[in-house]
Amino acid sequence: MLLWLIPAFPLLGFLLNGVIGRRSPKSFVNAVAIGAVAASFLWTLKTLAALWPLDTAHLEQYFTWIQAGDVRIGFDLAVDRLSAVMLLVVTGVGLLIHIYSIGYMAHEGGYYRFFAYLNLFMFFMLTLVMAANFLLLFVGWEGVGLCSYLLIGFWFLRSSATNAANKAFIVNRIGDFGFSLGIYLIYIHFRSLDFAPVFAAVSERPVESGVGPLTLIGLLLLVGATGKSAQIPLYVWLPDAMEGPTPVSALIHAATMVTAGVYMVARCSAIYLHAPLALETVAVIGLATALFAATIGVTQFDIKKVFAYSTISQLGYMFLGAGVGAFGAGIYHLWTHAFFKALLFLGAGSVIHALGEQDLRKMGGLRHKTPITFWTLVAAAVSISGVPFTAGFFSKDEILLAAYHHAPWMYWVGTITAGLTAFYVFRAIFLAFLGEPRGWQHAHESPPVMTVPLILLAILSLVGGLAPVSRFLAPMFPPHEAGHEMHLVVISVGAGLAGIALAWLFYVARPGLAERTAARLGALYQLVYNKYFVDEIYQAAVVQPVIRGARSMLWQKVDVGLIDGAVNGLGARACAAGDVLRRIQSGNLRSYAAWVLLGSFLLLLAAGLAGGAR
Amino acid sequence: MDGLLFLIFAAIAAVCGLNVVLQRQPIASALSLIGVMGSLAMLYLLLGAQFIAAVQVIVYAGAVMVLFVMVIMLLNAGAERPTGASLMASTLGVPLLAGLLVALAYVLFANFPDPRPVRFGEFRLGGAAQVGYALFTRYLLPFELTSVLVLIAIAGAVVLAWREVRK
Amino acid sequence: MSPAGVPLSWYLVLAAFLFTLGAAGFVFRRNIITMFMCIELMLNAVNLTFVALAYHTHQVDGLVLAFFVMVVAAAEAAVGLAIILTVFRNRASLQIDEVQSLRD
Repeated sequence: MLLWLIPAFPLLGFLLNGVIGRRSPKSFVNAVAIGAVAASFLWTLKTLAALWPLDTAHLEQYFTWIQAGDVRIGFDLAVDRLSAVMLLVVTGVGLLIHIYSIGYMAHEGGYYRFFAYLNLFMFFMLTLVMAANFLLLFVGWEGVGLCSYLLIGFWFLRSSATNAANKAFIVNRIGDFGFSLGIYLIYIHFRSLDFAPVFAAVSERPVESGVGPLTLIGLLLLVGATGKSAQIPLYVWLPDAMEGPTPVSALIHAATMVTAGVYMVARCSAIYLHAPLALETVAVIGLATALFAATIGVTQFDIKKVFAYSTISQLGYMFLGAGVGAFGAGIYHLWTHAFFKALLFLGAGSVIHALGEQDLRKMGGLRHKTPITFWTLVAAAVSISGVPFTAGFFSKDEILLAAYHHAPWMYWVGTITAGLTAFYVFRAIFLAFLGEPRGWQHAHESPPVMTVPLILLAILSLVGGLAPVSRFLAPMFPPHEAGHEMHLVVISVGAGLAGIALAWLFYVARPGLAERTAARLGALYQLVYNKYFVDEIYQAAVVQPVIRGARSMLWQKVDVGLIDGAVNGLGARACAAGDVLRRIQSGNLRSYAAWVLLGSFLLLLAAGLAGGAR
Repeated sequence: MDGLLFLIFAAIAAVCGLNVVLQRQPIASALSLIGVMGSLAMLYLLLGAQFIAAVQVIVYAGAVMVLFVMVIMLLNAGAERPTGASLMASTLGVPLLAGLLVALAYVLFANFPDPRPVRFGEFRLGGAAQVGYALFTRYLLPFELTSVLVLIAIAGAVVLAWREVRK
Repeated sequence: MSPAGVPLSWYLVLAAFLFTLGAAGFVFRRNIITMFMCIELMLNAVNLTFVALAYHTHQVDGLVLAFFVMVVAAAEAAVGLAIILTVFRNRASLQIDEVQSLRD
């Protein structure tokens, strides 16, 4: 089926744009970048149509990548139902965001570089979702991390952008360290890294009651997932990542890359189902992150930061779904989230494009100037709020119902989070689009190349939930308890609607109420507004000690003393030895001849002693 | 007869060789060297290598030694002065050379214990025809390469000598 | 005196003796031209070995090698003597111990 073509197109696009994009006109850069992703999307559709209904995984083995001893790791790609969903999300949403970027980046320097990076990202992301073994998945995993780093720091002349890029990269290293340890443990226990044999071997084992190897593997993989998918405790890089261009935030930090952790957990469902402790940890971390990030989102004024915390929160939902055993529901939410969150970011980008401003306090009253952006954003907002029959409604309720059957308190926390989500998303929209203008003069609607993707994504946000992703994925995962209790659905929808109503009350009906409430809450508000001081705590507890240790120990002792000392010492010894040997080089030809004589004599002696010259 | 001839010419070669090393005047050394080469040519003949013997006389004893004598004459090279700058050569030289000779002789006797005497006429491949045939068939490439080597040597010698003329 | 001739190893020992003589001259003589002649002496000793072994193996290859040695020796003599000329021009001396710039 030529699966390799799917990632090959963006790679080709990256090479073309990266090598000759600088000297080419924008139309060429556009054609290459969009063409590559479109070709990849179409080839995905064709492949999936040909493989339909995809009951079993379709594996293609290309070549042996690493062969060492009895380790054999192949460059193998595979497509099953799980990766099919991911492929559609990545190429489909990716294509729309690429098109949108033409408009958004039109006036930026480094145009070709931006699209080259985006295409490179697509290549690694597609490798990630189609990899048929852990190591190839890790390659994609690291590759998207690299592209994330490059794109966050796209405006590398801004120190805040480069700092954010470094932060994202370093925080992800922590997660990836756990991930690679997990892969190593998998190899130790199963002598293979290919998905199929590993998961087959896992399902033969009994379910672990305490902490066993599978639990350890699951937890280590989860460390990697918390890094990549911005979960507690490694979520801190994602809000800062908003320094990158907005399409990057939409593509990488909302729709695709950050969901890689969820994908990986779902992919390893066999391991997690045999390690209940690890699975429970997934659920708890997801739930905690969802609530935690939602509360921060309520207080932020930077429109992209609000959506960034929203992303963290929604990713927490997905982990909650996976953690309570409803892997299908988690992926379902990933699917719908890709639409409405990409739309929220692109809409925010459209606003930023119109105003050149990200602060919600300086917006207001934009709905007449930018009607398309406004209405598409509303579509996204109702979807994320879980208003009935929008995409978010289906996936969120499936997760919440599964959570209820796992542990009712998880359902209640999730419902509160849903209410908060609706509140802060509508708060952002009301602040930006309703009321009176606060300090901007000129605003204009974005060009069609940006609004058409917005409209398409808006349609998908509203009806994308009708795609039966969860049922499609059901054969891949063992069944879990799920009811259809009407009252639970009503309560969670009610929470969402209440959030919307509160937002209306605070920011439209009674302007000023929000400030008064904030003032009354005082310290609590300050705590949340400052993001619980997590960044400061990390700075004091982790970063500073590391820097101090590096300065005083690694630099002044190890580097200067040990490494430089060893190198300089070796040099000094070599000089001393050379000083002795130099005396042989007298420049006296007869001495040289005598040395040659000595050598030939010794050679002859050796030959004679060894039993003859023959 | 063969043995007698060998002994005579071997004695001449050895004595002349000693003279090469012992004479202080370069011109005396050069003339002794011609003696060594001539007697070696005779030994080649005894071994049945007529062609090599002829070349030895023409090229070595003739051309090369003429060159040496010319240079000695040109530079007006007189007797050398003892300078003794090489500690290594003066201390290790004699024992090393003795050891080398003993080791060489030992290796030779150990590897060629053949007691059969050398007979004149037993080896019939030494004529110009046979050597020429080998040179132009099996050794064609090395042979052609030596011509390049000689060409380079001529050019090098000319360049080295030219410099002074230009000054 | 045996009219039948001498064993082959006598030729080889003569070659070894001449070779050692050449080496001795190279180590002990101080005149560049004499040292150069000693090299020629060593080459001749080697040639004698080649010819003797050609006789021993009944093959022509030894003679061909001896021929090549002569060609190389001729070339070497031409270049070497030219170098000696140049050295003499620059230093006005043929004393090998006074030519020590290899040290630097």
